[in-house]
Amino acid sequence: MPDPAGVARLTLRNITKQYPGCLANDSIDLTIAPAEIHALLGENGAGKSTLMKIIYGLVKPDRGELLWDGKPVTIRDPAHARKLGIGMVFQHFSLFDTLTVTENIALALGDEAGALDTLAERIRTVSSRYGMAIEPDREVHTLSVGERQRVEIVRCLVQDIKLLILDEPTSVLTPQEVETLFVTLRRLAAEGCAILFISHKLHEVKALCHNATVLRAGRVSGECDPTAVDTTHMARLMVGEDTPVSTTYPKALGTEAVLEVEGLSLHSPDPFGVHLNDISLTVHAGEIVGIAGVAGNGQAELLACLSGEQRIRQGETLSLCKVDVGDLRPDQRRALGLAFVPEERLGRGAVPAMSLSENALLTGYLHGPVKHGMVAWHKVAAFADEIISRYKVKTPGRQARADSLSGGNLQKFIIGREILQQPRVLIAAHPTWGVDIGAATAIHNALIELRDSGVGILVISEDIDELFEISDRIGAICDGRLSPVIPTPQSSIEALGRMMAGDFSAAGGDA
Amino acid sequence: MITLEPRGEPSRSMAWLSPVLAAGLTLLSGFLLFTLLGQDPFDAMVTILYTPIADTQGIAELCVKATPILLCAIGLSVVFKAQIWNIGAEGQLLMGGLCGSYMALQLLEADGIWVLPLVLISGVLGGMFWAGIAAVLKVRFNTNEILTTIMMNYIALNLLLWAVHGPLKDPDGFNFPESALFGDAAILPILIDGTRVHFGLLLALLAVVAVWVLMSRSFYGFQIRVMGLDAGAARLAGFRERRLVYVALLISGALAGLAGVGEVAGPIGQLVPQISPGYGYAAIIVAFLGRLHPLGITLATFLMALLYMGGEMAQIGLGLPLALTELFQGMLLFYLLACDVLINFRFRLKRKAVTGIQG
Repeated sequence: MPDPAGVARLTLRNITKQYPGCLANDSIDLTIAPAEIHALLGENGAGKSTLMKIIYGLVKPDRGELLWDGKPVTIRDPAHARKLGIGMVFQHFSLFDTLTVTENIALALGDEAGALDTLAERIRTVSSRYGMAIEPDREVHTLSVGERQRVEIVRCLVQDIKLLILDEPTSVLTPQEVETLFVTLRRLAAEGCAILFISHKLHEVKALCHNATVLRAGRVSGECDPTAVDTTHMARLMVGEDTPVSTTYPKALGTEAVLEVEGLSLHSPDPFGVHLNDISLTVHAGEIVGIAGVAGNGQAELLACLSGEQRIRQGETLSLCKVDVGDLRPDQRRALGLAFVPEERLGRGAVPAMSLSENALLTGYLHGPVKHGMVAWHKVAAFADEIISRYKVKTPGRQARADSLSGGNLQKFIIGREILQQPRVLIAAHPTWGVDIGAATAIHNALIELRDSGVGILVISEDIDELFEISDRIGAICDGRLSPVIPTPQSSIEALGRMMAGDFSAAGGDA
Repeated sequence: MITLEPRGEPSRSMAWLSPVLAAGLTLLSGFLLFTLLGQDPFDAMVTILYTPIADTQGIAELCVKATPILLCAIGLSVVFKAQIWNIGAEGQLLMGGLCGSYMALQLLEADGIWVLPLVLISGVLGGMFWAGIAAVLKVRFNTNEILTTIMMNYIALNLLLWAVHGPLKDPDGFNFPESALFGDAAILPILIDGTRVHFGLLLALLAVVAVWVLMSRSFYGFQIRVMGLDAGAARLAGFRERRLVYVALLISGALAGLAGVGEVAGPIGQLVPQISPGYGYAAIIVAFLGRLHPLGITLATFLMALLYMGGEMAQIGLGLPLALTELFQGMLLFYLLACDVLINFRFRLKRKAVTGIQG
C-alpha cells in the first residue's frame, strides 16, 4: 500500500486544456504516491487521454502546474518525461514488426541503449524478475499481442522507472493474461514504482488499484477507494445519475438456421494477416451468437468473408437462409437479407464527409429510394429522419456530417440504418467499441429487440462482459480457428478465456 | 506570433471564399510583377482583364475560348470526385480532335444531317479510347493514373503531329502541315451570326447540366462520390469499384474528346498541329478553382478563358511574352492551394503560449 506520509510522486494541480470547441481537461487535480497503483477512470471523451498526454509531455496544458517528487516541473516532450522516469504503454503499440525485441527497445532508448548484447541481457533479467517471459532475439511479428505488450512494458522497465502509465492495457488481453499482467504490476508497485492505470473496466480497477480518480466530461467527478466501494458506485461517477448502468437480458433459443458457415478455410495474402482454418458456425433465427477473441486472431478476415468483401470461391461453405452466397458480392448478399455493422464506424460504416442522409443511402439503396438509377432524395431524407428519431441519435439534423457525431451517436445511426432494413441476419463487429455507456445500453436493447423479432445475429467483440450480457451462445476465435459455440449459461469467463487462448477442450463436451 | 490553428470542422464559407481570395492574390501579384517590369500596372491589368471583353465581339470570343475548357473541366470534375487524378484531358482532347478530323476527312464530299453527328461521335470515342487505356491500366495493373495519363498526353500530341505531317496532310496544301478544310456538313453551325460562337457552346452547357444531374441526383454519381471519399465504405456497401473507375474515366475522356472535335469542327475547321494551347491542363486548374461544382466550374472557366485572351492582348498591346498566361494560371492554382489551408485551419494571433514554471 502507498505510504501516505511521504512526498507524492506526481501531483497535478488545476490542469486545464482547451481544444477548439471542447474543454478536454477542466481544473484537474490528481496525486499519485510512490508504490501506489492509481486508476484513472472515465468514459471515452472524458479527458483521460489528454491528461496522460500532458503528463507524458505530448500536450502542453493551458493552465495548471505539475509537481514531480514535490518540485514544480514543465515537461517539454516525451524524451524529457522518460528522463524524469516516466514510462508509458500506449493502447496502440509502437513496435517495428520486422525488428527483434532488443532492436525495438534499443530504438526507443536511443543513446542509452549501449551494446545490443548487454541490452539483451538486461531485457532477460528484467523480464524474468517481473515474471514476463520474453525472448529478446525474437522478431516482433512472431509475438502475440500479449507478448508485444510485454515488450512495451519491459521497454519502460529497463530504464530507471518511477511512474508507469498504462492506457487501457487489458483491452488486448485474454482474462488469464490480464491476471499475469496484474501480478507484474503489483510486484512493480511493491518496489516503489507508481502506476497510473487508465481503464473503463471497473472490476479490473477494483481488483488492482489502491485509489481511483474518475473523470466525466473533462472534470474530476469523484475520487474513491476501489477496494472499498462497489462497481455500481464507480459507474455512477463515470456516467452521472440519470443513465442506466447495466441490464440483464433473458436468454433465447434460436429456431431455423439462417447463417451457416461450413469448413471455411482461407489463406490470407497479407504477410501479417491470419489464415482462417476450418471455421464452422451456425446462427439461428432469433438468437445472438457471440464470438470473443483477442484482436488480430482472424476476426477481420472472417468478417470480410461474411460481408462479401472477400469472396469465397469454394462452394457450399457459406449460406444465407439456405442460399449459397460464398461467391456473391456484398450488395447481392444484402439483397438476400444480410445486414452488416463493421468495426470502423468512420471509414467503412459511414462516409465521414457525407451527411447523415447520404449515409442512410449508403446501404439503404436496395429498399426503395433508387428508381431507374436516380435517387429519390425525399425518400432518403425520410429514411434518415426515421433512423434519427427511432434510435434517438443526437444530431442537429440529417444534414449533419457523419464525422460531426460522437462515436456512440454515429453507431446508433449505423445500427438503426441496418435494423430498419429488416434484415434476416445481422452481423455486428465490436458494436459498442468506444461508445459511452448510455449509447451501449441503447445498442444492446436494439439488438435484443431485433433478436426477439426473429432475426439471427452474430456479434464479434473483444468485450467479454458485453458478450456474456447479450449472447445466447458464445465461442471464441484464436489464430484463425473457431472454438465450439456453446450456450452462454454453460460457459464462464474462465472457460472463455481459455478458449481465447486457443485451448478449446473446455467447450468440447458441450458443443 | 501568428499560428495556424485547426478549426473544429471545415469552414463552408471558406471553401467558396478561398477561390475568390486566390483570384485577389493573383491580381495583386500581377500588379507587383508589372510594376517591376516597368509597365504601368493599371494599364496592364486593364489590357489583360478588360480590353478582351470590352465589346460584344470580345465577349463572343470569350465564349469560343470557354467552350473547350468548360467541356474538359466538367468532365474532370467527375473523375476528381472519384479521387482519380486524370491529368490527361489534354491528350484526350487531342485524340478527340484527331479522330474527329479523320472522320471529317473521310466525309469531305458527303452531305447530310448525319455527317456532323458522326464526326462528333468519332471525336468522343477518340477521347474515351485514350482515357480507357489509362482506366484499363489502373484497374488491371493498379498503375498510377497520374503517370499514365501524363505520358499519354505526349503520345497523343506526337500521334497528331505525325498525322498532320503525314497521312492526313492536305495533298493540295503546298506541303503545309494541315489537313484539307472540312466539308460544310462536318462543321458545327454558328449560334450567333457575325461571331464565331458555335454549337459546341450549347453542347458544353448541356454537359454541365448533365454532369450536375449525374453527380447530385443519380445513384451512379452517388457511388462515384462515395468511392472518392471512402473506398472502404464503397466496397462494404457492394459498389463495384472497377466499373465505377471505368465509368468515371470514360465520361471525362468523352467530354475532353468532344472538346477536341469541337475545336477542329468549330472555329478551326481543319486539323492543324496547334489545336489546343493547353486547354486540357487549364481545365485541371478550372476544376479545382470551381470546387468541382458545376456552377463554380462554369464561372472559373470564363475567368480562365479571359486569361487566355488577356495574355494574347498583352503580347500584342504591351509586347509581353505569351508565357504570361501560363504564369497567371500557375499563380492562380498556387494561391488556391495555399488558401485552401484556411478551410481546415484558421489564423490565430498568439503571444507566448503557456506561462508554465520551468523545472
